[in-house]
This record gives sequence, C-alpha cells and structure tokens, in this order.
Amino acid sequence: MKKQLPVWLGFALALVFLPSIFDSVLGISILNQMTIWIIFALSYNMLLGQGGMLSFGHAVYFGLGGFMSVHALNLIADEVLVFSITLIPLVGGAVGLVAAIFIGSFSTRKSGTVFAMISLGIGELIVASSLIFADFFGGEAGVTGDRTYGPPFFGIEFLQDAEVYYLGAFWLFIATLFMYLFTQTPAGRMANAVRDNPERAEFIGYSTRRVRFISFCAAGLFAGIAGGLFAINYEFITEENLNALTSGRVLLMAYIGGLGFFIGPIVGAVILTLMNSLLSNYSEMWMLYLGIMFLLTVIFLPRGFAGFIMMHQIPWQNRRLGTLILPYSVTTVPALVFLAAFVGLVELSHKGDDILPFFGLSLGAESMLSWGILLALAGIGALGVKLSRPRLAAAWAFANTPTADDRGDVR
Amino acid sequence: MTLILGLRRPQSKHHQSKHHQSKHHQSKQHLNIAQAAAGQSLTRRASLSIGALVCAFSFSAATAQEPVRLGFMDPLSGTFASVGTSGLNVLEFAADYFYNSKGGILGGRMIEIVPLDNKQSPTETQLQFRRAVSEELRIIFQGNSSAVANTLNQTISKHNRRNAGQEVLQINYAAVDPILTNEECSFWHFRFDAHAVMKLDVLTDFIAMNDELSSIYIIGQDYSFGQVVADNTIRLLGEKRPDIEIVGTEFHPIGQVKDFTPYVTKIASSGADAVVTGNFGADMVSLARSIIDSGLDVPIYTFYAAYDGITATLGADGKDRIRLIHTDRANPLASDERRDFYRAFKAKHPNSDITQSRLANALMMVVQAMEQSQSTDPYDIAVQLEDMRFTSIAGDELWMRGEDHQLFQPLYISKQTDEGIEFDADNSGFGLLTEYEVGTSETITEHSCRMRRPRR
Amino acid sequence: MFEVFVFATLNGLVTGLLLFMLASGLTLIFSMMGVLNFAHASFYMLGAYFAYTLSAYLGFWGGLLFAPLIVGCIGAAVERYGLRRVHQSGHVAELVFTFGLAFLIEEAVQFFWGRDTKNYQSPELFDFALFTLFGQEFSAYRGFMIAIACLIFGALYFVLTRSRVGIIIQASISHPQTVANLGHNVPLIFMCVFGVGTALAGVAGVIAGPVLTTFPGMAAVLGSIVFVVVVIGGLGSLPGALIASLLVGLLQSYAIAADVGMPELLHLLGLSFDSSHPLNDLWTLNLPQIAPVLPYLLLVLVLIFKPTGLMGNREQ
Repeated sequence: MKKQLPVWLGFALALVFLPSIFDSVLGISILNQMTIWIIFALSYNMLLGQGGMLSFGHAVYFGLGGFMSVHALNLIADEVLVFSITLIPLVGGAVGLVAAIFIGSFSTRKSGTVFAMISLGIGELIVASSLIFADFFGGEAGVTGDRTYGPPFFGIEFLQDAEVYYLGAFWLFIATLFMYLFTQTPAGRMANAVRDNPERAEFIGYSTRRVRFISFCAAGLFAGIAGGLFAINYEFITEENLNALTSGRVLLMAYIGGLGFFIGPIVGAVILTLMNSLLSNYSEMWMLYLGIMFLLTVIFLPRGFAGFIMMHQIPWQNRRLGTLILPYSVTTVPALVFLAAFVGLVELSHKGDDILPFFGLSLGAESMLSWGILLALAGIGALGVKLSRPRLAAAWAFANTPTADDRGDVR
Repeated sequence: MTLILGLRRPQSKHHQSKHHQSKHHQSKQHLNIAQAAAGQSLTRRASLSIGALVCAFSFSAATAQEPVRLGFMDPLSGTFASVGTSGLNVLEFAADYFYNSKGGILGGRMIEIVPLDNKQSPTETQLQFRRAVSEELRIIFQGNSSAVANTLNQTISKHNRRNAGQEVLQINYAAVDPILTNEECSFWHFRFDAHAVMKLDVLTDFIAMNDELSSIYIIGQDYSFGQVVADNTIRLLGEKRPDIEIVGTEFHPIGQVKDFTPYVTKIASSGADAVVTGNFGADMVSLARSIIDSGLDVPIYTFYAAYDGITATLGADGKDRIRLIHTDRANPLASDERRDFYRAFKAKHPNSDITQSRLANALMMVVQAMEQSQSTDPYDIAVQLEDMRFTSIAGDELWMRGEDHQLFQPLYISKQTDEGIEFDADNSGFGLLTEYEVGTSETITEHSCRMRRPRR
Repeated sequence: MFEVFVFATLNGLVTGLLLFMLASGLTLIFSMMGVLNFAHASFYMLGAYFAYTLSAYLGFWGGLLFAPLIVGCIGAAVERYGLRRVHQSGHVAELVFTFGLAFLIEEAVQFFWGRDTKNYQSPELFDFALFTLFGQEFSAYRGFMIAIACLIFGALYFVLTRSRVGIIIQASISHPQTVANLGHNVPLIFMCVFGVGTALAGVAGVIAGPVLTTFPGMAAVLGSIVFVVVVIGGLGSLPGALIASLLVGLLQSYAIAADVGMPELLHLLGLSFDSSHPLNDLWTLNLPQIAPVLPYLLLVLVLIFKPTGLMGNREQ
C-alpha cells in the first residue's frame, strides 16, 4: 500500500486539477459523467472481473439507488428530511445494498450462465414494474428533484455543475479507495479464488455461495452510490437508467477497459464516456464506429486497454520500452491514415449532396475523384500496416527478451 | 501568401547561427524577399493594400453575417431516428426556402440549424442540453416524446433560474402531453402543436357526428399519453354521445408487444364499431396490421398512423379505414404557396415527406418575433411570441395564447386513401384526404397554468 | 368465453411457434457451441430485410429461398473470421463481440435500407382466411407459419438425433478433441453449425417480417426474449426449446385474453383499497398489463427451482 501512495496522491491531484483544464460547460459535463460511470464500472468489475459473475442486470442497483436519491432530494426540498445533499450518495448506496441483499439471496446460488440469465430476468421484471408503479417510479417521465434546496454545504448551494463536480470527485475518490481496499481483504481475495476454481475454494472450507453473495452486495452498494451521484448531477432519473441497455453499457466499459485489472474499468469508463458524448455530435454513424471498435477491441485487445498498457510491463522492466517507440509509430501512422480514409468513406456515402470536409479538402459524393482519393488512402494505409507488421513483431520479441543485468545474470 | 512574405522580417543573427541548415534556409529566404522587394515593390504595395481591404471587408462582413443558430433536439440515430431526421429536414429546408435563400434575417444573417441527437433518451437530452449551452445555443426546437419534452422543460427551468442572462427557450413542436401548458407550464416553453385534449375534443366531435357508431374500443400504450387519450375519450364521448358504449379500454407496454393479434381478438369479441388509439411508431403499424389481417372492418381513429413508411405498409388495406387527427390540412392542400413549398421540398428530398409542417410555422413565428424585437435574446422573443397572431402559408390562422404559451390552430381529420390525392405519403400512391376541419377559435380550451414570469 | 379461449390458444400457438423458429437457431448456437450470441436477432432482421429486397424481384418464394442462404453465409463468415479468434478469450469476449456485431448490423441495415418501416407483404397466395371462427378470421398465412415451424422442428430433430451428421455435431460439442482425432474437421463443423443457426434465424425473419413489421428496431424487440426461451427450455435441448416457446406464447396470449387481475383477486379475498392508497398501482394491476413480462417471471422461477431448465441436461 505504501508503494502505491504516490499513485493515489496523483489520482487525487488529477481529480482536483482536471476541471481547470477542461473548463467549458461541455467539459465539466463530461467530467461529471465520468465520475458517475467510473464508480459504476468499478462496482461492476467487483462482480465480473474479480468475482467471475457475469450480470446483465447490474443497472437495477444503480437505478434503484438513483430513484431513492431523487425522492430524498424531494424530501429535503420539502423539509421533511434535513441533511446536506452531499450525503445523498450514501442513500443511494444503502438502497443498492438492500436491493442486492434481497436479490442476491436467491440469485447467487449458481454462477455462470444461470446467474447471468437470472440477472437478465430480474432486470427486465424491475424495468417493467417501474413503468407500472408510476407513483414511485414516475412513469416514463421519471422522477425529478432539485438539489439546490438543501442546507448549504459551507455556503455552497450546488447551483452550478462545476460545484457538483468536486462533490462527485470526492465520492469517486472515496469509492475507488474502498473498492480497492475490498480487493485486499480476505473477502475480495476469496472472490478471486471462487472465480478461478470454485471446487478448490470449497475444499478449503469456504462457501462459494457466501463469498459470491458478499461480492454481490458490495457491488450493489457501490452501484447505488453511483446512482446517488447521478441523481445529484441530473436531478432526475427514469426507468431508462434501470434497463438492460444501461447494464450492457457498464459491461462494455468494464470489458473494454480490461477486466483483469483494477484500473481497467476506469480506463473503459473514460473511453466510452468520451466516445458516447463526442462521437454522436460529429457523426450520425456513431453506432457503426462504436460497434466496429468493440469488434476490434475484442479481437486484437482481448485484455482490454488496461491489458494493452500492462502488456508493456515486461519491456519496461527490461528497460527496452524505448525500442518500441519507432516501430509503433511506423505502424500507427498508416493505421491512422487507413482509419481516416475509412471514416471518410463511410461519411461520404452517407452525405448525399452535402460536402464532406476532409482535412482541408472538400469531398463530394458525386465526384469520382473524391472516392478515388479516399480509396487510395485506405489502400496505402492498409499496405503500410501490413508491411510494417513483421518489423513490429520483431521489435516486440526483442523488447520482451530478458536482458542480462550488471552482474551478468539473466534477470 | 505574398502578403505574409512581404511582411516577414529577416531572422535575427542569433537564430541564424544555431543550425547550419536553417542558416542556409534563411539566406535563401532573404533572397526571395529581396527579389520580391526589388523586382516587385509595386506589386507588394498593391497586394498589401488589397490585403488590408480584404481584411477590413471580411471583418465587417463577419460581424454582420454571424449566423442565427437554432438548436434542433430530437432522435437522429437509433430506432426512432426516422421521425427526428424528417423533422430536421423540414426545419432546415424551411430555413433555406423562406429565409436563407432570400438574404437571411435581421439584416442579412443566415439561419443555421444545429442538430442535437438525443436518441429519444431523457438522460441523453440532459447531456445534449449542456452541450447546447456550451455552444451558446439559446433556442432549442424539440418535439418527439413527451417524456423528453418534460425533462427538457424542467432542466431549462432550473438552468434559467440559476443562470440569469443566459436563458434558453424551448420551442415544442410535437410533444402533446397537456401538462406542459397546464401544471408544468413555463415562461420559457412554447407549444406549437395542439395538445392531446384539444385533439381529442375535435376527434370525439367527429365520432359523435357518426350515427352508425354505437361502440368504441380504446387501446393504447401504457404511459401518460395513452392514459390521457383513454381518460379523455371516455369523458368527452360521455358528454357528447352518452349512448356510445366504451366496450374496452386496453393498455399495453410501449414497444414490447411483438404481435397484436391477441389484443385484436379481444377487440373482435367485444363487437366494437371503431377503435381509438394514440399509438405511434411500430406499435401503431403492428396494431393496424393485425386489425386489418383479422378481417375486422372497423375504422381506426389515430393520432400518428401515417408517413415514415407506415402509409406504404398499410397501403390498400388501410384505405378508408385509417383516420388521423392532425394539424395542417392534407389533400387538398390549402394554398398554392403550400403546394410550392411541398414541391420544392420533394425536389430536394424525393424520399421524404413534409410530415410536420408545424415546424415551418414555428420557425416563421420565431423569426417574426426576432424581427419585431430586432433581437435574438430568448426573453425578447418570448415577449413577442405571447399573444402573437400569425397566418401560415396555408392560410391557417394561428394564435399563441400568452397565458399558457399554447398555440391554437385549425385541426383536421383525414383518412387514408388513394383517391383525390395530390401529394401522397411514402411515394406509395396513398395519402391523407381531409374530411373534416375545425377552425382555430373552436379549438380553444381552458387551462390551469399559473405561470411565473421572470422579472426584467 | 369459449371463442376467446379458442382464439387465445390459436394466437398463442402462432406466437409460440414464431418464437421457436427464432429460438431454434439460437438453440444450436447457444446450447451447443456455448456462444452467447446477442446478434441472433440481428440475423433475423437481416433475413427480413434481404427477403424484402429479393421479393421485389423474385417474389416472396424467391426471398424465402435465397434470403436465408445469404444470411447463413454471412453467419458462417462471421464465425470463420471473427468468432473463432475470439473463442479462446472466453465467454465474455464472445458476448462483447456479438454486441458489437449487433450494433454493426443494425447500423448497416439503416445505412443500406433507410430508417423507415418497410412495406414487406406476405404473398398473395395466402391472402385468404383459412377459417372464420366467431366472426374473426384466421389468415392462411398464419397457418403457413405454423406449418413451416413444425417442418423446421421435424427436420432439425431428425438431423440431430438420427442422421450421422447430427451425431457428429453432438459429439464435437462435448468432445471436440476426440472427434478431431477421429478425422473430422471440427472447425468446419462449428462454422456450419453457426451458419445453419443464423440461416434459421434468417428464415424466421423472412416468415415473420410481414407479420411483425419490418423496421430497424425489430431486432431489439425480440432480442432478449429469444434467450429467455432457450434458457427456460434448457440448454442443449431442442424439444425443450419448442416446449418453452409454446409455453411463453400461450402464457402471453392467455394473459392478454384474460381480463382478470388484482381487483378480482382482492374481491375474492374480500379486500378493497381506496384509489389514494400508496400501492394503488399494484391493486389496479391486471394481467394484460403485465403480459409481456410474464416470460421473464417464468425464467426467474424456472432458474431458481430447476437451474438446468425444463428439459435441459447440461449446465454451463
């Protein structure tokens, strides 16, 4: 833990200083989204990455936490309850925990596909009931609240999104810290053991069911905290935040980031939040790009982006990381050219009569020249990648071979 | 380019001595400048002055030609994209046809429509709203989904309250939940569509006029709009024709029903003479299809059963059966200007139809408000819009009531047919023929809005 | 009353068999290859769209013949070039891959065919009423749907249990190494199974497209219920899938037809609540309102009490 103190310090500092760099309304909004989704994705990883439990209904705890939190906001505004809204995530967490205890009592008996399917069924049932029980869930328009009517927190009334960011960042830090500490506890370690070899865990006396249940409840708790944060940020919540699509999103974030690493979901949440927020502003075909990204990540980066970064640990230890820079650049440049040309082709075929601005050129769907340019670029890019691959493979092998240290021993 | 070269000063000696290469490069540049200076001093001066003129001109032109940016928030991708995209097409086309092609507004400013894709999700709506604020879009057009409209209304209210001077205006062109101009009315929200109760009032009048109908079956999506349709149909028909029996009221979850045949079985066994529904999208098509496939020969009274492929899919089977209540007269179109507008739109988008000409009306009224107040500030526009009377290109008399910001306009009931259709839907040969119309003054209803006005 | 019951049974039968057509392919792929194929409904959508385009040139029958072939080829290609590489990374990787594939297919469909609803009609041959019962027609097309679904079940069952090919397929799923040692090309088998599975989904699309509306959201509507049906039926069991589909179809159909609900139950118990009661939504609940979610309730109950599914013999 001591070795990691600088990492935590760096994390805290980054959280404090990020809004100064990205200070536009849009930037703050994206940062706020990230605080929510990082907590949510980390909580999901407690289930999947650490516990080996694939769940299709994790958004239930997020959503239920969120709904209760918005109701709490309303109760605070009506002065039925009086406490600072900074504690709302705790309300969400409590609800998430209670729901997880209830649902986990029967769903954690089995793992694997059975668990996954039960979670799907439960998720759909809860979504359906949210539309039926309109009093609590507000029907399809959801429930709204107002965060500015609570007792001020040292004078701050949270009128602005930027103020809410610091609250979110605080909870993000706390939640991440506790989730990390959980992985160091016996419960967390046993969750890993049960994931890898349930039979063996049973042999040494642990009830796999109990271990899974504890992980499940902890995951529900933190998902509820994320829900509470959502409630504060957007001051509303709808059944959309409970549904399978939201569950799917967090699954993707955890996977794309890298399931086997603690920071994996953080990376995944950041990447997918950026893509979801910015991509759709620039192109109507964002779903296509997102789908392709998933496919490519699954095929080429099966351990996620965090896995990709961690893959470089050995070259780093061999002090040969620098040797990889040139081969990477040589492969990346044509890859980027191919990517740009591909995007250009997709967008051009979608444009109709409009003009597509492409790095200073104006391309029209009618002109054969435009198509020719893009196809040529795509071809050059693909060829470049193909030709440079052997060199990259060789460089990679070299970077991974152990070096002899000063005493002549092979490390 | 000459301008830049002409103005560049020779590099300092310090810089020159650093790199051998750059020194060589610098002397070369010296040569070029010297050449330019020596041989073309006249050209240089001329280019300088022309450059200055260009700069000055573009600067002044830039301030005059800064576009008026209007946001359009609707689903532009995903399952509901077809409705949002057709709305965007209409708005952009109207802006070009009426204003941009004729020199713009407010002294030469072009209108620019900025699309904001909210994927029909209330959460995404909030994010896109923040993006709009970030890009300083002060006017947002939105229409699809009352849930989204509600979310937007409340988000805008909070934002406007907390950020005085940066208010945003919501131009609602299609969300018909009555509460938006009643309990949840807001100074910053204007609705340009007749709301559900207004439409039902006219629809029930039409049904009441039909002596052959003695029983009605109501089926709808299980959410606020579906429930409003059911409750008010029962109430209004009870007032106008107490003898008409409501033989069934059915709610089904939105977008979840794959096959409507079981519901149609119930409709058939109830012996209903007609069906009333507020369904839209796939739910509407599936329901209509199932009713027709079962051989039930009853008229279907709807709000949204046309365009976006629905008319084509129902085709001959829907002839004389599908009826809609809507704004803006269908065939025959009310005026030649309307026909010209439609033809011009079809020329640009041959595979689309003008499904929501309310957007054009809304745009024109907003522009008139801007011209009258010579401002693009939302408050000034709102003040002008209140109680504005406007005549649309179809000759419809439009009145925006200031008390609740609800627009009143003539309402029409049309049926699907291929006879007497000048402008069809989905290029299918079938379209809407208007059978019944009600003037503006007869559509006026009461409201329960207690609007809080901002102090300025 | 009797007529409602008869029609409800007929409707349930049609819905159930439709679901089976879709689930049959997934049974092959999911039960047998263990691949959580979230793109299965997307292949169904592709089948409908291809049939829509082909039927404009070759008529409905041409669409029925060729569209599933095209979809099957696409499926086989997906398995050969995509899924195979992902298989070694585990189940979640396959899941994410098929997620991405589902996105891709939905976007591609909107890209090539547009976003509006497509006018895909059933063939005129079946444009008559097979019989009319109590004033409501039962269209011949639905009879055709029933026939095709039964045919599919019969053919699949025969191939899998009686033919040599079927035995080899069943063996290679549980003991791929042994089968490979015996000289069979196991990767080719898997590719063909996947291709056939997706082709079956395509057939479902061709047949159901005119009835269930052909539009870009058609995959999303059926996506999760197909999994529900396969799991309820039990992994590895084709008869189980059929029974589960029928069960789900009939359950929904009866629930919609039965105009009963909580008010009747409360009346039976002698209770009544005011409309201002906080749980009023619960007391006014009736069966038709919750009909589409009954399959999920059934799923949860089955998985709690019989985790291997109704007729399943393996656990994953």
